[in-house]
Amino acid sequence: MKITQRTFDAVIVGAGGAGLRAALQLSESGLRTAVLTKVFPTRSHTVAAQGGVAASLGNSEEDHWHWHMYDTVKGSDWLGDQDAIEFMCRKANEVVIELEHYGMPFDRTDAGKIYQRPFGGHMSNFGEKPVRRSCAAADRTGHAMLHALYQRNVRANTQFFVEWMALDLIRDAEGEVLGVTALEMETGEIVAFQAKATIFATGGAGRIYHSSTNAFINTGDGPGMAARAGIPLEDMEFWQFHPTGVAGAGVLITEGVRGEGGILRNSAGERFMERYAPNAKDLASRDVVSRAMVTEINEGRGCGPHKDFVLLDITHLDPKVIMQRLPGIREISIQFANVDPIKEPIPVVPTCHYQMGGIPTNYVAQVVAPSGGKDAIVPGFYAAGECACASVHGANRLGTNSLLDLLVFGKSAGESAAEDVKKSAKAHKPVPQEAIERTLSRLDRLETQKDGADVRETLLAMQRTMQNHCGVFRFADKLKEGVARILDVQRDAQRIGIKDKSKVFNTARAEALELDNLIEVAVATMVSAEARKESRGAHVRDDAPDTPENPNGRDDKNWLKHTLWFKDGNRLDYKPVQLNPLTVGTIELKKRAY
Amino acid sequence: MTTRTMQFKIYRYDPERDEKPYMQDISVEVNATDRKLLDALVKLKAKDDSISFRRSCREGVCGSDAVNINGRNGLACLTDLKDLKEPVVLRPLPGLPVIRDLIVDMTQFFTQYHSIKPYLINNDPPPETERLQTPEDREELNGVYECILCACCSTACPTFWWNPDKFVGPAGLLQAYRFIADTRDQAINERLDNLEDPYRLFRCHTIMNCVDVCPKGLNPTRAIGKIKDLMVSRIV
Repeated sequence: MKITQRTFDAVIVGAGGAGLRAALQLSESGLRTAVLTKVFPTRSHTVAAQGGVAASLGNSEEDHWHWHMYDTVKGSDWLGDQDAIEFMCRKANEVVIELEHYGMPFDRTDAGKIYQRPFGGHMSNFGEKPVRRSCAAADRTGHAMLHALYQRNVRANTQFFVEWMALDLIRDAEGEVLGVTALEMETGEIVAFQAKATIFATGGAGRIYHSSTNAFINTGDGPGMAARAGIPLEDMEFWQFHPTGVAGAGVLITEGVRGEGGILRNSAGERFMERYAPNAKDLASRDVVSRAMVTEINEGRGCGPHKDFVLLDITHLDPKVIMQRLPGIREISIQFANVDPIKEPIPVVPTCHYQMGGIPTNYVAQVVAPSGGKDAIVPGFYAAGECACASVHGANRLGTNSLLDLLVFGKSAGESAAEDVKKSAKAHKPVPQEAIERTLSRLDRLETQKDGADVRETLLAMQRTMQNHCGVFRFADKLKEGVARILDVQRDAQRIGIKDKSKVFNTARAEALELDNLIEVAVATMVSAEARKESRGAHVRDDAPDTPENPNGRDDKNWLKHTLWFKDGNRLDYKPVQLNPLTVGTIELKKRAY
Repeated sequence: MTTRTMQFKIYRYDPERDEKPYMQDISVEVNATDRKLLDALVKLKAKDDSISFRRSCREGVCGSDAVNINGRNGLACLTDLKDLKEPVVLRPLPGLPVIRDLIVDMTQFFTQYHSIKPYLINNDPPPETERLQTPEDREELNGVYECILCACCSTACPTFWWNPDKFVGPAGLLQAYRFIADTRDQAINERLDNLEDPYRLFRCHTIMNCVDVCPKGLNPTRAIGKIKDLMVSRIV
């Protein structure tokens, strides 16, 4: 079957922070660019980021990008690539200042500079003491950033395709990426977007878990499409559980609350983080705090009638500080926890929040995949933000480094794509008909499926399997069982059916297509996690405990390497961690403690 | 766990199937963990997958799930189920063309938003560091920059219903003020000129429906008043 084809120099999928930053770069460089987004740009999940964006501006006290780099490498439990981390930390000031020039309404210091607050794992002088590095607009930094980026794109006349959902990556026999197929929600029309450069900025897939801070739209569309097109996914076993999701509701409460002086307490009212991280306390790295909380709950010191949460206490703060710096948190607490944090502590539990792994890229956002025994650039393909793995977050991301990641690598993806497109004098390569057929047969299967599995029940089965078998603490037997179970769910997912067959804004069809992407991410996560027989960062197993030989259970001799999962046969491969930064010396391996 | 049945009346229209819109009576079991209207909508969709609505963040910051709830505009994700009179009547936001069910075509709303040039205008060469702004000057943006573009306000405004092509509407005007009030912006005169017209700004009759429905507690009427004051003071 023939479908409409549209041709651009570049196509960007996703209009959150990374996609908008890339779009700006391409629009301003004069290339014909299409931005496809399944929601209006300001509905993207960047909008929900709260606490800030990291940059060593030093507006309130001395700071240095090299200290930021050290913290990020340590935070990653040495799984992050040090070239990419240096690149990101060095670029931080530039991209944050740019954003201020675009109009972002940062809070201000008395001197009129960008306000900065402390955040977990950010320290001065190579791990000495907490430093104010998080540049914030109250507790609505993501909202302020996303709107500023969208506004700047309005000024640049960026061409958006709003409520267009990308379906599949178009790749030819030589492995070159030539665009995407996409569905216009309003009409149901399928169109092939042909491009010399395709940038994925589709965000995370936190909806693979049952309890998640993520929006409904965070369904791993980029990784799903990439995996189906034969691209591996990197380090998918590493998921961040944010310490403070509202108990029961999952809604995020920023780490900035602890940055402003908030304290975690158990049922005895004890500030338990003093026992787990004597130096950084409540501002230790997220994986460390989440494990401490779960340990408190498991040992019977949780709060509430079921002893299943701990308390985040800011009642000792000046209400003026809360109203000025944390107004959104107060709203969320009242709305979703029924407490006014000025008077009462907030019930919180660790909640799935961020995907550290993703589509493998180098430090200039070009997608890389193994070819003939070594890493090779996938021509025409770029990825940035949460869907990508550069890898700057390694085994655990520091708070505020996600907004920085999407600015730095969004910009970088735009620059790399613009450069590559301008370099190539070639005409567009023809779109292979097989690529179109793959999308059409996926849609056709949904149309004709009889007595199919229910989309919502299959989704819930996936989410419960991930939650129960691959959570904050992981167990060898549970993971093994989890692999079998998630493969069962995958079989159901391959035969889901929908009743609504309308072409007009069919959200049932959209949810079914999203499940196709989620399930790839879920399988990649479980298989990769089962295989990694060590504890590192957010991946902590019962059979890899803290020993003198392997401190914290980390086994550098065998496991200082990135996982690569391939959809085809659930095959795993590994590649070395880049320990050499660009200009400075290696940050040497050591035991991680806060 | 205690469950109860809630009754809904939902506006339904699929142009592919329906000659005209109709109201569907439907009920759903909700339990103690279903706090918000969006929780019930998700369960309703599990029962009848053709019920169509937008949703994303489920915490009131993305602005996707604005609907008309028992006659009043609001976000489904911030509306408590326990406060709702039954049957809960759900309609699309008033005044905008309906694409399907609770999904409206927001083109007119965004056209008005774009018409106020919603971006900082400053033609000085950018300095190497941030442009300085005092905390007091920054304070002026509070209660303004937080808008989530959900359109609850503009689609509750009778003036916007009559003249959606000529009147900017409360959401757009609130954002116009956001840039006028920003000490870093240099285009205040150009921005005021852009609103100097019998309709764009001055059709606001301070009915204040916008203030009443804003799910973020913002006050477009006050911002509109401030723009009008600036218009007057530049003539005087």
